[in-house]
Amino acid sequence: MLKRRLIPKLQMRASRFGSSTRMVLVTTVQFDEVMEIGDPVSQAKIYEAQAADELIFLDLDASVENRGTVVDIVRQAAEQIFMPFTVGGGVRSVAHFRKLLSNGADKVSVNTAAIENPDLINEASAVFGAQCVVLSVDYRQGANGPYHVWIKGGRIKTDLDPVAWAIDGERRGAGEILLTSIDRDGTRQGLDLELTRRVADSVSIPVITSGGCGLASHFVDGFLVGKADAVSAGTYFCFKDENPMQTRSQIKNAGIPIRLHT
Amino acid sequence: MIGIVDYGMGNLLSVYHALEMVGADVKMCRQPEALSDVERIVLPGVGAFRDCMTNLRQRGFAAALEESVLHQGKPIFGICLGMQIMARRSFEGGEHGGLGWFNADVVRLQPNKSSLRVPHVGWNEVTYCQDSPFFAGLPPAPDFYFVHSYYMTCDDESDIDATCDYGGTVTAAVRKNQLFATQFHPEKSQDYGLQVLENFLKWHP
Repeated sequence: MLKRRLIPKLQMRASRFGSSTRMVLVTTVQFDEVMEIGDPVSQAKIYEAQAADELIFLDLDASVENRGTVVDIVRQAAEQIFMPFTVGGGVRSVAHFRKLLSNGADKVSVNTAAIENPDLINEASAVFGAQCVVLSVDYRQGANGPYHVWIKGGRIKTDLDPVAWAIDGERRGAGEILLTSIDRDGTRQGLDLELTRRVADSVSIPVITSGGCGLASHFVDGFLVGKADAVSAGTYFCFKDENPMQTRSQIKNAGIPIRLHT
Repeated sequence: MIGIVDYGMGNLLSVYHALEMVGADVKMCRQPEALSDVERIVLPGVGAFRDCMTNLRQRGFAAALEESVLHQGKPIFGICLGMQIMARRSFEGGEHGGLGWFNADVVRLQPNKSSLRVPHVGWNEVTYCQDSPFFAGLPPAPDFYFVHSYYMTCDDESDIDATCDYGGTVTAAVRKNQLFATQFHPEKSQDYGLQVLENFLKWHP
């Protein structure tokens, strides 16, 4: 039986050390309050040792100047960890896809660029296969109002509805949808189960949901109520004495098929 | 020496590092001639079947692989699309001929439960033949990492070395003479995957 997946998210930002720039691991709250907490590759190795199912690396700055630094991280990760990982942040072209994939990434996520140029999804999917293309959708809900997709790292609101955009993304050839609730990011108050479920019910490709995990039960809810195929979390694994192994056991106890690696 | 067939598609670095990790002396083979001085071959693959076959033919690898594997008997390990390409044909995006080393077709996954999504992405339990040298040292029903939308259906059941369940039985590994191949990614399956790769290094078909 196919297992549900637990995916630590490694958010990165360029930080200057003297005259050089390198990527550091950070956490955010509602895409803000950025806090440096470590090194992405060493943290990835820890997650591998704890038998995480996959990893997601996101470059929050997503600037052109950082491009080479991100590729370095991808190369190092591919040398040191033997598990699947997705890389995203500032990916704007098929050439970027190729660069990241050829340096060891298994999948590439697109967000802002896919909204500005939706054909990017079609093109990347045709060249590399749907399984390499993850459509990342950041969204907010107004006070009990409708949901909207936000781009540019949560700074700009669009008119798009996240469910409609996910459906369009699948039709264009995305292989997975990565949902992130900006409202819940870093708050540890639980996932947005309603939106997760609406998307999961509307597409036939796997859905990864994220934003808000603070308890093991939030993961359980994401699988059972949200019907997600995978749950991703950043803050949860960074700031608590929790790791993928312990969380996995609690998910297993709730009757959800998940890999128990002993 | 193990040669990885590099025909310009996909992520070969992970396979390279994983083989190094289990102690192999690895070489990237960008030209078909490079296959002549390796003892074992790994054929990875990501992307579409037709492009893969076109690349293998245009770069002269199809003929070189036939010589090295079928005539000289060098063991080969196909991964994912590298497995599918060993079939006689695939129905991915039309009908396209493959290497034809297995009496098998490659068809789209059609899980019999609507809740199961395609592509099949993630860790799935594998049931393997007890006498398979590739799964030696692993517990029963180990999990491996899969990412695919098409899979191989074999005419000869005896070619099937492992299966998994995804709304029906899906071929997870095939083995025949000096040919071995997996639909899952050993290079992405953590320690179990590394064990399978290590078993390939020790394999004497």
